[in-house]
Amino acid sequence: MAETKPEAAHHGEAHAAPTNFWWKYIFSVDHKVIGKQYLFLGLFMGFIGVGLSFIFRWQLAWPGTAVPGWGKVTAPQYYELVTMHGTIMVFFVAMPILLGAFGNFVVPLMVGARDMAFPRLNMSSFWTVFVASVILLISFFVPNGASRAGWTNYVPLSDAPRYTAGVYWGGNLWLIAVATDFASVLMGGINILTTAIAMRAPGMTIWRMPLLVWQEMVASVLFMLSVGPLIVGVVMLLLDRMVGTGFFLPEKGADPLLWQHLFWFFGHPEVYVVAVPGLGIIQEILPVFGRKPIFGYRTLVWSAIAAGILSFMVWAHHMFLSGMDPKLAAPFSVTTIAISIPFAVMLFAMIATLWRAQITFATPMLFALGALANFILGGVTGIPLGSDGTDIYLHDTYFVIAHFHNTLVPTVVIAGFAGIYYWFPKMFGRMMNDALGKVHFVFTWIGFNMVFIPLFLIGIGGGQRRIFMSSVYTYYKPLQPLHVIATIGLLIILTGQIPFLINFFGSMIWGKLAGDNPWHANTLEWATSSPPPHENFEVIPTVVRGPYDYSVPGMEQDWAPQAGEPGVAAARA
Amino acid sequence: MTESVAEIGVPHAAHEVSELSASYEIGKLGMWIFLAGETMLFGGLMGVFTLVAFSRGGWGSDGAHVNWRLAGINTIILFTSSMTASLAQGAARGGDLARVRRYLSASGLLGVLFLVVKAFEYAGDVREGFTPLAGLFWNFYYLMTGLHVLHLFAGVVVFFGMLLWVKPQNAGSWLERKLKYACLYWYFVEVVWVFLYALVYLSPSVQ
Repeated sequence: MAETKPEAAHHGEAHAAPTNFWWKYIFSVDHKVIGKQYLFLGLFMGFIGVGLSFIFRWQLAWPGTAVPGWGKVTAPQYYELVTMHGTIMVFFVAMPILLGAFGNFVVPLMVGARDMAFPRLNMSSFWTVFVASVILLISFFVPNGASRAGWTNYVPLSDAPRYTAGVYWGGNLWLIAVATDFASVLMGGINILTTAIAMRAPGMTIWRMPLLVWQEMVASVLFMLSVGPLIVGVVMLLLDRMVGTGFFLPEKGADPLLWQHLFWFFGHPEVYVVAVPGLGIIQEILPVFGRKPIFGYRTLVWSAIAAGILSFMVWAHHMFLSGMDPKLAAPFSVTTIAISIPFAVMLFAMIATLWRAQITFATPMLFALGALANFILGGVTGIPLGSDGTDIYLHDTYFVIAHFHNTLVPTVVIAGFAGIYYWFPKMFGRMMNDALGKVHFVFTWIGFNMVFIPLFLIGIGGGQRRIFMSSVYTYYKPLQPLHVIATIGLLIILTGQIPFLINFFGSMIWGKLAGDNPWHANTLEWATSSPPPHENFEVIPTVVRGPYDYSVPGMEQDWAPQAGEPGVAAARA
Repeated sequence: MTESVAEIGVPHAAHEVSELSASYEIGKLGMWIFLAGETMLFGGLMGVFTLVAFSRGGWGSDGAHVNWRLAGINTIILFTSSMTASLAQGAARGGDLARVRRYLSASGLLGVLFLVVKAFEYAGDVREGFTPLAGLFWNFYYLMTGLHVLHLFAGVVVFFGMLLWVKPQNAGSWLERKLKYACLYWYFVEVVWVFLYALVYLSPSVQ
């Protein structure tokens, strides 16, 4: 059936390569540009987030002293800093970078599509998160400053200005910014799912999709199904604060615990939304730099799906000490321990991928290995937290902080850096400097462990979290040196970002030209030029094999692109 | 489908998509995924409303003053608008653009009528002293019906906007598809209303 004219016109003109500056760089509908926009925004917010941590970690190590560049930290400022650090990192760094940057840039290329399914929706999603970020940053500058109620924003503390020393617009803007961010990720999720389902290249069956695409899909589904109740909660809380309703106020007949249920019903799937794409990045990098197929491809897919389903049934493990019905403790402990099983399976599969692999310790691989190692530590330390008995002691201590940083930082930051070093050649056409990358890795990874291993010990020693001046507690004194070690670790991390910044921006201009496939990798994004042309592929490739045919016995070359001859960079018309 | 499977902007001939992907209509898939998220939104709100009601042992006298009669009229209005929307889809399939315009306008106008009746309803409630701040039940009532009103308003705007697209040049599968997605959204709004009517209007006034 012939296309009617306006349809062809829609197809043709809506996606011709733009030449006007505004349409090409600012309001671009090209997923590659949008992915880079997300990357820059995420990195920018990340530097703000880690800057906030510099201030409060200085206070923690040397309480009461003046922080260089800031001055003495007051108690209200401390809570503002930790609140905004968490909020920025989870909602404005992790999701934009993992879903917005890598999801947008890599997924269409990996499935062999010319763009995302809904390019204009894609552009809207970026500008929505941009607006959300601006709103959040503005909240620092309103009277009485930004929200101080923790990134979890528990009521009744967050419900009324009289409870948070007059913070009014800070709390309101927090809610508006977070809700706007959620809208952005919802839009992005529609795109990722539709593209991966409906726009795969010929020959790309669902079981030939790279694992990163699977993980981005799982993350999108988790987000879309879990965020509804929290958007409801955010609107209700905003109405409480601004209009005077009583959705969460005990004095108006409501149960404040409702907020915690709504928050964590979303909050737990959310941490897997940001974990699984990071694991997906590691799963892409290990085979390439080990020259060996990923171990247990289908098992990894089913484990991710199983973990995703279970993630909807564990949320109250964040609430063991909230005063909820104690009868809920046992079932949620059981589901939480159960969810460690699919994750353990995934981690074993990744370790098995390395067994007898021919490993090249290039920078992406170093970051991937470091992320894997720390994710294992983070995962196992989740077990005593997920069991209600031990959680009675560990809840709200630094053990919790160390646990979630050992899961979130590996998947978001360390795997994120791995992804940046790995896909930078595809994004910008040039290689990053590997020596500087290794320096970046050493400082970042060693610094990271120097921060958080002491924090495990502080937690076991009874050190409570969200405490501004721990020196007032005598029991805390033996733990204080651990805070000093941790802060020095942070300084090492910060120092290590200098070679990264020089490398990242410098390589865009002076980096060695990359060519199509510098890593000799199989997935489809490497079957086109670096950077890809506007339409991604001159001819959509036809896929003939899975993504992980490395060192296949009987093959002369140790790699076989998904759509082409083994060992040969894909021919381009 | 042997023709292009793409919707907006992305040239996508059948030979450029895998056999399995080719059976999916991008716009329909996107709309269903969007509606899944919206289901969690409204479903979450209704779940919270129900759980709060259970924990309080029902709404008691708080819920006895909802205007379920006016809302019942609105239910009939909405059902009719869905019927006209479906008739618009049928007319598009038959290529009768004049009827498409007529039924699309009918749905839009019925949507506006819904909003007008709702305005009367809100005004009546406020006059009797049941403002949004009149207690926890009314907090929920205004939030839930208000959220639905916003969604319905968006649907009305889409229907009236689509009238601009009902032109001879657009007749064919493109118009049918666009209409299908808009109507899908409208049916969703209607289904939400049915649940809302039962939860917020009928059950509290029965207690």
